[in-house]
Amino acid sequence: MKLQRMNRRALALGALAVSGALALTACGSDDTGDKTAGGDSSASAAAGGSVQCDDAKGRLQASGSSAQKNAIDAWVKQYVAACKDVQINYNPTGSGAGITAFTQGQTAFAGSDSALKPEEVEASKKVCTDGQGIDLPMVGGPIAVGFNVSGVDTLALDAPTLAKIFDSRITNWNDAAIAKLNPDAKLPDLKIQAFHRSDESGTTDNFTKYLKAAAPKDWTYEPGKSWEAKGGQSAQGSSGLAQQVKQTPGSISYFELSYAKDGVKTVDIKTEAAEPVKATVENATAAIGAAEVVGTGKDLALKLDYTPSADGAYPIVLVTYEIVCDKGNKAETLPATKSFLNYIASEDGQGLLAEAGYAPMPQEIITKVRETVSGLS
Amino acid sequence: MDTTTATHQQTEPPTPEAGAERAARGATRPGDRIFLGLSRGSGILVLIVMAAIAAFLTYRSVLALSENEADFLTSFEWDPSGSPPRFGIAVLAFGTVVSSVIAMAIAVPVAVGIALFITHYAPRKLGGTIAYVIDLLAAVPSIVYGLWGALALVPHLNGLYGWLDDYFGWTGVLSWSGGPARSLFTVGILLAIMILPIITNVSREVFRQVPRTHEEAALALGATRWEVIRMAVLPFGRSGVISASMLGLGRALGETMAVAMVLSPVFDIRASLLEPGGGTFAQNIASKFNEATVMGQDALIASGLVLFVITLLVNGAARLIIARRKEYSGANA
Amino acid sequence: MSHASLTPRRSSLRGATLPKWFPWAVAAASVALGLAVSAAAGLQSSIQWALIAAVCFVGGNYGVSARVEGRRQAKDRVATSLVWVAFLLAVIPLASLIWETLKRGVKVLDGYFLSHSMGVVSDTEPGGGIYHALIGTLEQVGLATLFSVPVGVLTAIYLVEYGRGRLAKAVTFFVDVMTGIPSIVAGLFILSLWVLILDMGPSGIAGSFALSILMIPVVVRSTEEMLKLVPNELREASLALGVPKWRTILKVVLPTSLGGITTGVMLAIARITGETAPVLLLVWGTNFINTNPLSGPQASLPMYIYLQYANSGGEGAAYDRAWAAALTLIAFIMILNLAARAIARWKAPR
Repeated sequence: MKLQRMNRRALALGALAVSGALALTACGSDDTGDKTAGGDSSASAAAGGSVQCDDAKGRLQASGSSAQKNAIDAWVKQYVAACKDVQINYNPTGSGAGITAFTQGQTAFAGSDSALKPEEVEASKKVCTDGQGIDLPMVGGPIAVGFNVSGVDTLALDAPTLAKIFDSRITNWNDAAIAKLNPDAKLPDLKIQAFHRSDESGTTDNFTKYLKAAAPKDWTYEPGKSWEAKGGQSAQGSSGLAQQVKQTPGSISYFELSYAKDGVKTVDIKTEAAEPVKATVENATAAIGAAEVVGTGKDLALKLDYTPSADGAYPIVLVTYEIVCDKGNKAETLPATKSFLNYIASEDGQGLLAEAGYAPMPQEIITKVRETVSGLS
Repeated sequence: MDTTTATHQQTEPPTPEAGAERAARGATRPGDRIFLGLSRGSGILVLIVMAAIAAFLTYRSVLALSENEADFLTSFEWDPSGSPPRFGIAVLAFGTVVSSVIAMAIAVPVAVGIALFITHYAPRKLGGTIAYVIDLLAAVPSIVYGLWGALALVPHLNGLYGWLDDYFGWTGVLSWSGGPARSLFTVGILLAIMILPIITNVSREVFRQVPRTHEEAALALGATRWEVIRMAVLPFGRSGVISASMLGLGRALGETMAVAMVLSPVFDIRASLLEPGGGTFAQNIASKFNEATVMGQDALIASGLVLFVITLLVNGAARLIIARRKEYSGANA
Repeated sequence: MSHASLTPRRSSLRGATLPKWFPWAVAAASVALGLAVSAAAGLQSSIQWALIAAVCFVGGNYGVSARVEGRRQAKDRVATSLVWVAFLLAVIPLASLIWETLKRGVKVLDGYFLSHSMGVVSDTEPGGGIYHALIGTLEQVGLATLFSVPVGVLTAIYLVEYGRGRLAKAVTFFVDVMTGIPSIVAGLFILSLWVLILDMGPSGIAGSFALSILMIPVVVRSTEEMLKLVPNELREASLALGVPKWRTILKVVLPTSLGGITTGVMLAIARITGETAPVLLLVWGTNFINTNPLSGPQASLPMYIYLQYANSGGEGAAYDRAWAAALTLIAFIMILNLAARAIARWKAPR
């Protein structure tokens, strides 16, 4: 008797939990439009015109580089506002994981800050029926060197000095090498806290490639995705680095310009040009303009020049690619993929980049990208 | 082996010979057989899962280790995606051990103190409430500890770090150059706070079980409260406290997210505990897994295997101690 | 539970004793001294003056007591004060944890936050909510419970009711080993099995599998303890009436220990609800609502907290969301815990 009553009560509890969960499922919403910042609604009205939804619908999975995350966020916001039937889910897992997910057929496209390697192209042939994975350069970005020294607002550094700072061979802000490059700055007696990425990253890859190319004597480590130098501090992701620079007096670190917000000051890089080059979107575009296309066929992989001598060409840049199949994309996601890539390669799409702290692709490259996108099948 | 034949029987139609054996076990009805089969199946499932985990870890580790050019145990490098791949776990082992040792050094005395406070010092009602709250705290997820550690604890530690540097900086072990307090020492403190509730809970239970007669005998001899604790409570509870500490250690060794959020991992061993450095097995896997190549993943899995073995040994030791305590304790009789 | 009070009684045979208010006075004096020293030396950290005060408290107690009451009593007082210090030392960070989470969590925690997903709100902007993460967590944890409770309870029944011999010993041993599996290792295992070998995409159910690996041993352990508490007389009485063993277990043993088993299960749920690492590897995360745990990435509360923290770039809005989600998660786990305790008390084996 008693046992039965207990069972009934347990049942009732279970039923309550289940019905509660069901009730909960019914009331949520993805529509966050009414609470986001006011400025966005006007922007979406302006950009909505250029988005062509065609017959795009469904859920688009993509993943990869965290360097372009802020750009994708901005695009997705505009795109989804125009095409209500599409959900785009970009997961900033990192380029390596993005390419792996793509070659395993889990995602419609991958974002990567380095072009596909030959073995990765080979792997992509499994998921691209009769085709292969290709690199489409979509987002450029200056890698800003952010610093936090109170009383110093502009700071110019050259590659050898940067190399020594990040190799813990220059350890104080009042070091003679820094003072020589910045005769007007009041440099405090403060220890330098140089932060690098604790995870592997394309940003580290590009930054160390720059150090190696521009200061081969002072940077003796092999460039690569993982940080090789000993010493310094570290944090996870560009976001983590920006976070630390904001909080730590005397810190210096490298991250995409889009993370350098809220008063994070950035270093002007001294190149062979007359004036030190500021980390701005225009200066990065100028440097990317000098890049040459090294991809073959439909692949548009770029080779960057880390030692530009032109005035106003910012040397530390990064290009992120969207990686798709040239042929044999999955039929159910192809319309949405094409429509989204079309939008981000369009004038409006690229125009959005500068606002988010990225550099649009130079005209001749983006024209090729548009051609390729419209030919995807 | 006895187990394989036993499971085999489940699928066979009943035969007279098998019937005799079943009768001896008291399982004669179809319902019984099904039920026994289900429950034994579950046990076997647990075994299969464990075997699969071990097999998979070993398989992928072997893949990585056969390619590795550096000494896996002593190398300070971690470059599994390079060619040739070179990686070693010395830094990770150092970081894991050091942070856990700091955590234990702080947590065990404090936890024993709180357990004594609850059982022997606090007014009974207060003690009960505190015990209850600490029980609840044991359930706070580690991600919340991580968030709190990164945003609330780290900024508060600068003063302490400066202090340690001023007075103990000369030792070299506690020198500090003024970066954010995101070192192995901070990780140790955070882990200590995280495992404190676990150790306290178990120790408290053990101290509760001290036979009243032992304590009363000591009191009758005119012992002070401290002497009662030293002579009656602590000796009785020692093995319990040790096994509680081992359980806490097991958790500290495997902690992932909280460490990843608080530590500034630099793949190197530094003399000073207050400088960024080290990294732990679990944190390293979580931070590096996403960007890793297939080789890199295998290398991380190999380090996961080492962590698995260490945790296994620690937990095994804890179980052994608990088992011994059960045999000799008077309270459980 | 029943414990006579331990407070020593007064005795005229005793030597000089310090008055009852003495430790309190020392405590007050130490705190004052700690604050004064900090103010004088310009120390800012609350940790520093607390440490100074703690040292003064222990030292003061010993010094005065050794003079007045003698060494044995002084030692006792030192022990007492150390125990108090240990208690306070532990209370401060734990209280701070709860306080910070409450204070920073209530900022954005409202109906909107609970009923909306992040949608297209980027991590650095204000707005958005945790609805998608809440659904994800409920479904993943629900599925994990669905997998591990039957397996765990049946395994425990096997160990207690049937288990003899080598198989039972092996199971007992490996359940212990399983208890110690670091969550990230469980995640790696399912990742290579599910995603890399079976070629399935990330989904809620993959996360549930990893969570089950973490949950099963906890359920087995607690259920085993509870089943052992059921008196053998009950089983024997039932068997003597000719009731088959399986019906005895189902109708007598299980109902008797139901309260304890439920408590164990709820505590296990509380434990896995906070797991982040395996979920991060397997469920992948999304900003949109995905109510289908069988396909496509989902979100989960702990992962949401981590991602908001990690992708914040130091923005206040993301931190606010992380704290609010942390508060929700703690509240959820606390409610489960309290429910578990209530059930345990209500159905405690008497």
